[in-house]
Amino acid sequence: MQVQAKKTEEFYIKEEPFYQPVADEIKIFEAAYQQNLPILLKGPTGCGKTRFMEYMAWYLKKPLITVSCHDDLTASDLVGRYLIQGGNTIWVDGPLARAVRAGAICYLDEIVEARKDTMVVIHPLADDRRVLPMEKLGEIIEANDDFCLSISYNPGYQSVLKDLKQSTRQRFIALQFDYPAAEIEATIIATETGIDEATATNLVKFANMTRNLKGSGLEEGASTRLLVHAAKLMHSGIESTMAVHSAISQALTDDSDMLAAVNELCSSVF
Amino acid sequence: MKNKRSLSAKEIQKRLDIYLDVEFTFYHNEKQAEILAALPLTQQQYILAWVQRTASTHHELGYQFMAHIIDILNDIDAQTIEAWALHAMDTYDVKGLYPALEVIRNVNNFLQLSHEKEAGAVLEDEAAILLHFVHGLSGRKLKLEQAEQAYTDTETIFLPALVAPLENKKQNFKLYKVMVAYLWAQARFGTYQIDLQQQVEKSENPEKFIRLFHAAETLRLEHCLARELPGLYRQLEEIKSQLDVTLLDKQWQTIRQQLSNETSTVKDTLDIVNKYLHQLEPFEPYCYQGLLQPELTARVMQARIEDEKKQLKNILRKLQDDFDEGKELKSPQSLPGKERFDLKDINEQNSQQDFTMELMLDDQPITPPDNVKNLMSSILQDLGEIPEEYLVAAGDGEYDPSFFEEKEDDPDEVWKGTYHEEGAFLYNEWDFKRQNYRKNWCAVREKMVKPIYDDFVSKTMSKHGRLIRHLRKTFEAMRDENKLLKRQTNGDEVDIDAYVEALADAQDGSEMSERLYMQMQRHERNIAVCFMVDMSGSTKGWINDAEREALILLCESLESLGDRYAIYGFSGMARKRCEIYTIKEFNDNYDDEVKARISGIEPKDYTRMGFAIRHLNKKLLDVDAKTRILITISDGKPDDYDSYRGEYGIEDTRRALIETRREGIHPYCITIDSEAKEYLPHMYGAAAYTVIDEVRELPLKVSDIYRRLTT
Repeated sequence: MQVQAKKTEEFYIKEEPFYQPVADEIKIFEAAYQQNLPILLKGPTGCGKTRFMEYMAWYLKKPLITVSCHDDLTASDLVGRYLIQGGNTIWVDGPLARAVRAGAICYLDEIVEARKDTMVVIHPLADDRRVLPMEKLGEIIEANDDFCLSISYNPGYQSVLKDLKQSTRQRFIALQFDYPAAEIEATIIATETGIDEATATNLVKFANMTRNLKGSGLEEGASTRLLVHAAKLMHSGIESTMAVHSAISQALTDDSDMLAAVNELCSSVF
Repeated sequence: MKNKRSLSAKEIQKRLDIYLDVEFTFYHNEKQAEILAALPLTQQQYILAWVQRTASTHHELGYQFMAHIIDILNDIDAQTIEAWALHAMDTYDVKGLYPALEVIRNVNNFLQLSHEKEAGAVLEDEAAILLHFVHGLSGRKLKLEQAEQAYTDTETIFLPALVAPLENKKQNFKLYKVMVAYLWAQARFGTYQIDLQQQVEKSENPEKFIRLFHAAETLRLEHCLARELPGLYRQLEEIKSQLDVTLLDKQWQTIRQQLSNETSTVKDTLDIVNKYLHQLEPFEPYCYQGLLQPELTARVMQARIEDEKKQLKNILRKLQDDFDEGKELKSPQSLPGKERFDLKDINEQNSQQDFTMELMLDDQPITPPDNVKNLMSSILQDLGEIPEEYLVAAGDGEYDPSFFEEKEDDPDEVWKGTYHEEGAFLYNEWDFKRQNYRKNWCAVREKMVKPIYDDFVSKTMSKHGRLIRHLRKTFEAMRDENKLLKRQTNGDEVDIDAYVEALADAQDGSEMSERLYMQMQRHERNIAVCFMVDMSGSTKGWINDAEREALILLCESLESLGDRYAIYGFSGMARKRCEIYTIKEFNDNYDDEVKARISGIEPKDYTRMGFAIRHLNKKLLDVDAKTRILITISDGKPDDYDSYRGEYGIEDTRRALIETRREGIHPYCITIDSEAKEYLPHMYGAAAYTVIDEVRELPLKVSDIYRRLTT
């Protein structure tokens, strides 16, 4: 098989990703996109934010450039930098600049993780100016009409250091994501992994138990993503308590009492 | 080496005389000494050591221990003896001398109990897991407590201290779990939704009624468990089969059928019980079912129902006010008192399961915060519905904003009663003679230093004006600066110098360097420091002044440095009255109030140090930092009104500091006690303290020491 490398701005999602809408999020996103408004996705980890972005990229038939932010992500990593080639320096666009030029959807995942100074470069893109100043080049790029900026953020982090500044958050249309209602979540798991509805329902019941524990010993309950992992293990023949133990319990906590309690909850459901 | 000979009776008696303080207590120990003299040396030493340890708690305890240990020495192993002695000493701490002596005398009882404990599950060990377990189940968050029997009052699940009918620990733990789940089911599936107490009183045969009701309700709840927690139900069945439970007769089997329905409620149970009260005999209670406490539960529930009604109405009022504020213009329809809230059931088919109501305000759905959801589901659990009168926001008369403040007991209020441990933090204390902790020995309370707004701060600032400016400059220089790292293999920008050089290299044929970029690197000072200030009575006068001045200077310096810091004072009077005085928490800003609190630091009682170190350790661990430092500013050795004198205090403090280091916190001590060299190295280690000779130098030195410590 030949592997084809593609430029990020040429990466289209061709097949429809499975996404189960919970409310009007698709309509709102589409309207915001038409109106050139940037979008903020709020919600706990693993509840489907990234999948939603993939779905929207497919739905709007636009390339999707995803940047997972980390604490060493600098402004140059987004905008671009000079590199040396032969005897000369050449300018290389960063992912954000590529998206702005090509009219792609740029999705900055977990934006609060990035360094504070990176936040500032997205500000002029996120209001009605829609421009990206490239200081080192001495240029300003006006965003392509199709360009769309979207960021995600998990308000569950209690740390003060990881909060989104008002000046940033007040530029975005905010979409709140949460774990879907029990039946919908069970359907999602069954469709994603191919396990039967009954097992999926039990998994969701167990997940809700761990979500009850949020704040009294667990930082977060089991996310939909973890449930999908467990279901995949079960689908390939791993016994259910073992699958939950490896895919969910161990991922949630290191505390031995809590691990024991979570495993007991699991064995109560299955 | 030659085998050492055993101690003679005389030698033993001499030691016992000292341990038991025979000069004053007049114990006769000749007989025991003789018996001991016959033993080999290692056993002699072992027994004598433990006699010394127990006698340090109370002489009588030591004496009785010695008297009993001789009888049983050959029957039990060392580990059990130690457990027995420690258990007796713990009992002494909690309940006093007589119960402790009882433990010593009833050694056989202890042995049996420890056998049981080996195979049984002990609540103390399993409570943490069980509590997480029950919190994971849906509905109201129940508490766990120990009691003689298993029961629930719908707020707390009470469990026996030990469960041991099954053969091993694992099985018995399962039984605990089943008990918890069953009692949870009572609260969750509405056993108390009927007024059981009233029903009991009404009945012709109250005693039989309650037994019959309990039996029938158990069958109904078993079905609920089977439906909700099938895995647990299997374990329940397994336990039943192991304990040879008699099978249900035909009549009971039919009743079971009738109650095993999705829609069966406690009312169905009640109907059946009333119908068959005379024809039916209750079956033998299952091992997990515990007791029913209708009277107690009725009281708890009544208090809660009233309280929650008030809470809900108050919260709704607040939601309504916020909602109106968001709308800005008040439409005429939003008159107070009008029914504006409504509930919509969005999931009708399984309303038994979870809370699936949507709260509507003026016909618009609103998302209630989590606490409101919990409150509403708790009400739903009690009443089976949320009555309409609950959904009217509190009027001006009922509205009580204090509902939204966290209720905390005022420590002074608590002290007005007798010795109250309620709401206090409890810490262990190290007893060096016993070589073990005294459990939950110190009751620690946090208090605020009363701010005093006077001219102390401004006076200090002008007195040390030059020094403060100097300190600021030095500390500013320590601030983390972004460093531009040159000649890197990758980075944000091209390093032109390196590049030109590399091009020149390339021109004359030598190898070209790859390090052509510059990178900005941040050095973060990730330090959290906690200052623990001695507020004992001995600091009265100029020491106190010097401490306060030192703190002002320190704050000024630290503000320019940007490290996170907190300041607490400590003092105490005996173990039940240990006090931590908050001066500045980590999250507080250095504002006028903090300054006034520093000014308000005044000498209190004694210098009990262990609890303060332990408490502040916990505070430091709550802060997210790479380096954590605990700095004590003190004027003398640990000392308190009770036995916390001399070696005891020093050893406990040393132990607390060992715990500190184990947690990865760096302790340091600054003292003005000129004798400190005798005990501080033992407590803090050779390099972790400074003695200041002149009190008036304290303000100058503290900041300086901090600077040296963190660079």
